[in-house]
Amino acid sequence: MSVAVAKAKSDLSGPYEREDLLNGCQAVAQGVRLADVDVIAAYPIRPYTEVMDALSKLIADGQFDAEYIIADSEHSQFEIVKHASSVNARAFGGSSGTGWMYGMEALVVTATDRLPPLFVVGNRALDDPGAFGVEHNDAMAIRDMGWLLCWVTTPQEALEHVLIGYRIAEDKRVRMPMGLAMDGAFLTHSQHMVKVPSVAAAKKFLPQYDLAERRLHPDNPISVAPQVNEDWVMELRRQNWEAAKRARGVIKEAYKEFNDVFGNRYSAPYYFDEFMTDDAEVVLIGIGTVAAPARTAVRRMREKGQKVGYVNLRWFRPFPTVELRESLSRFKAVGVVDRDFAHGSPDDCGILMHEVRSCLYPAKNRPAIVNFMGGLGGRDLSIADTQKMFEITQQAVKKDSMDGFITWIGLRE
Amino acid sequence: MSTVPTIDYEKIKGVHKIPLEELYTSGHRTCQGCESATTMRGFIKAAGSRTVVTGATGCMYVANTSYMTTPWIVPWMHTQLGAGGSSAVGMAAGLRALKRKGKIKDEKINVINFSGDLGAGDMGIGGISAALQSDYDLLIIMYDNESAANTDIQATGSTTYGAQTTFTPPGTKHPIMQRRWKKNVAGMLAVGHPTCRYVATACATFPPTDYLNKVRKALSIGGPTFIHTYDPCPKGWDYHPRFSNELGELGIKCGIYPLYEIVEGQIIYTWDARKTGKGRIPVKEFLTKQGRFDHLQEEHFTHIQKMVDEMWEEWEFPGVAPIKGILKARI
Repeated sequence: MSVAVAKAKSDLSGPYEREDLLNGCQAVAQGVRLADVDVIAAYPIRPYTEVMDALSKLIADGQFDAEYIIADSEHSQFEIVKHASSVNARAFGGSSGTGWMYGMEALVVTATDRLPPLFVVGNRALDDPGAFGVEHNDAMAIRDMGWLLCWVTTPQEALEHVLIGYRIAEDKRVRMPMGLAMDGAFLTHSQHMVKVPSVAAAKKFLPQYDLAERRLHPDNPISVAPQVNEDWVMELRRQNWEAAKRARGVIKEAYKEFNDVFGNRYSAPYYFDEFMTDDAEVVLIGIGTVAAPARTAVRRMREKGQKVGYVNLRWFRPFPTVELRESLSRFKAVGVVDRDFAHGSPDDCGILMHEVRSCLYPAKNRPAIVNFMGGLGGRDLSIADTQKMFEITQQAVKKDSMDGFITWIGLRE
Repeated sequence: MSTVPTIDYEKIKGVHKIPLEELYTSGHRTCQGCESATTMRGFIKAAGSRTVVTGATGCMYVANTSYMTTPWIVPWMHTQLGAGGSSAVGMAAGLRALKRKGKIKDEKINVINFSGDLGAGDMGIGGISAALQSDYDLLIIMYDNESAANTDIQATGSTTYGAQTTFTPPGTKHPIMQRRWKKNVAGMLAVGHPTCRYVATACATFPPTDYLNKVRKALSIGGPTFIHTYDPCPKGWDYHPRFSNELGELGIKCGIYPLYEIVEGQIIYTWDARKTGKGRIPVKEFLTKQGRFDHLQEEHFTHIQKMVDEMWEEWEFPGVAPIKGILKARI
């Protein structure tokens, strides 16, 4: 592993102490250092692994103090993280693709135990057949389990969302595990200049983890997760449900606090970003790094006078129902870009499409909506591809039928 | 290397010296005659209250720790069936980091996990192996009642050869469905982890106080340690609940369950039939007291006796490791 360090060129004052050339994985490692994480459990799988490579080097060089454990499997890795979190230690793990799925049992109980560690998911296609490239099904497998789940699109956001993620997850009103997802290769391994916060600023923003009355310690002799059977599960599910609902408000608070410390980095409604949508008639909505070609396509089409825009969905759980409904119902047509699959589901759409369509159902003004399946297994989604998606979505405005409802983009036929 | 302060445990010399304080008390729903409940009660008596415990899924979770009626006076947390080792590592790591960073008081806190034979010996063996490679102070207790007792008695890798379980019913074509010889978990873990300083086998009630002192020894020696307990189960083994203690004793005396500890690489037999003058009792005497062996024929008893004899007479380290010496001739 090599971490290229560039001398600060831009104005760095206040909350940021230097600017480094970092890829998504290395940026997350810096975030973990700044969050003063207590316990890290590692297990290798591409592409997230480089997060752990970077962390182990930081620890080896004495730049960061944490327990660092190389686990024997993802299941053990996630259980180590879960149990460290239960004794009130801030804990960190991560995985990709089938590794993430291998530890699924532990991921499920981390949420039902209402513990708030943070896991990074370097999105990867699910084997078989073997593929290292991005696909979102791995992270999305936890979407209904009581997790927080968000996607970042740059190394800068990746670093910052480690801090923001712990801030939200550990909030007493939330206490849910945090999934921080980033596209394999396109983000995990692409380098950008990243402003690295100072330790003082990070500390100012992120309070100490305090599980309080639920921490496991001889001075607090509680029993966690005893057998409840049919007597109490429903009430516990209700508590999870309410926490996930409350998280929406806490997310907003967290971004406002982050802006207070770090300058106005993020703008409302925080859960998603809009690009050139003010007078747009047709938009695409997607998750992750597809934002980059999509924004370029928007600019190019705008030069030709076409009223298009792009919505980058950052928070997937909790889903920003009200805000997104309000936003998307302004447009004539919406194209939903899925970098995932949901075979055999209603209308054979992707997962994001189901979520967006469900979100729009109660809207007074429902836009036409079409679905794109693209970029699976790490296939590139180019500027031309996103431009084509805009064009198909524009045509949907005039259509009454469901013809062309789903288009597979970039598929060899 | 452990740097945390240790608790100075005294050796318990006789049953009258066993601590009176109960840290595992009423509230559990274990069966009458449950030896595993005695295993639970014993380890926490021996360890004391400055202890955190995880219990893997199994009968000692499902029957043992129910919401609103927990029997645990010490902090306790459920862990997944195969997560005994990793749960202990996670808690030990968390506590060590918090102590080092000054976030909690620097004192000795024991971390103990208990997992059943299915959880520890089969599903979680990889995680326990990793835990025994670590440098954390933790103790893993595998309570072995020779079945998945919580799911209505299914065979595991630790079930005695020939036993009837719901997965291994005797039939007209196949009288023996459990054809696997009992997995040698303690021996395997001792042999495979050169830096693990303490591995033992035990039975909660025989010889008296032996188990409690093994728990104390494990916690005093420190680092990652492992104890395998032999827990007769009235429901799974099919006998009257009053005989649990007796069956544990017979299992040890017939030699099918060797009792030893390995301290810093040295074996100590903590009950040794070879030194009694009487030798091992016939295995059949132990087996015929249990309904799960009702279907066995003479040939099966003979086979089991032969295997047990081999354990004691042919293994280089009797009862511990199935290595029969070095073959001189080149093959």
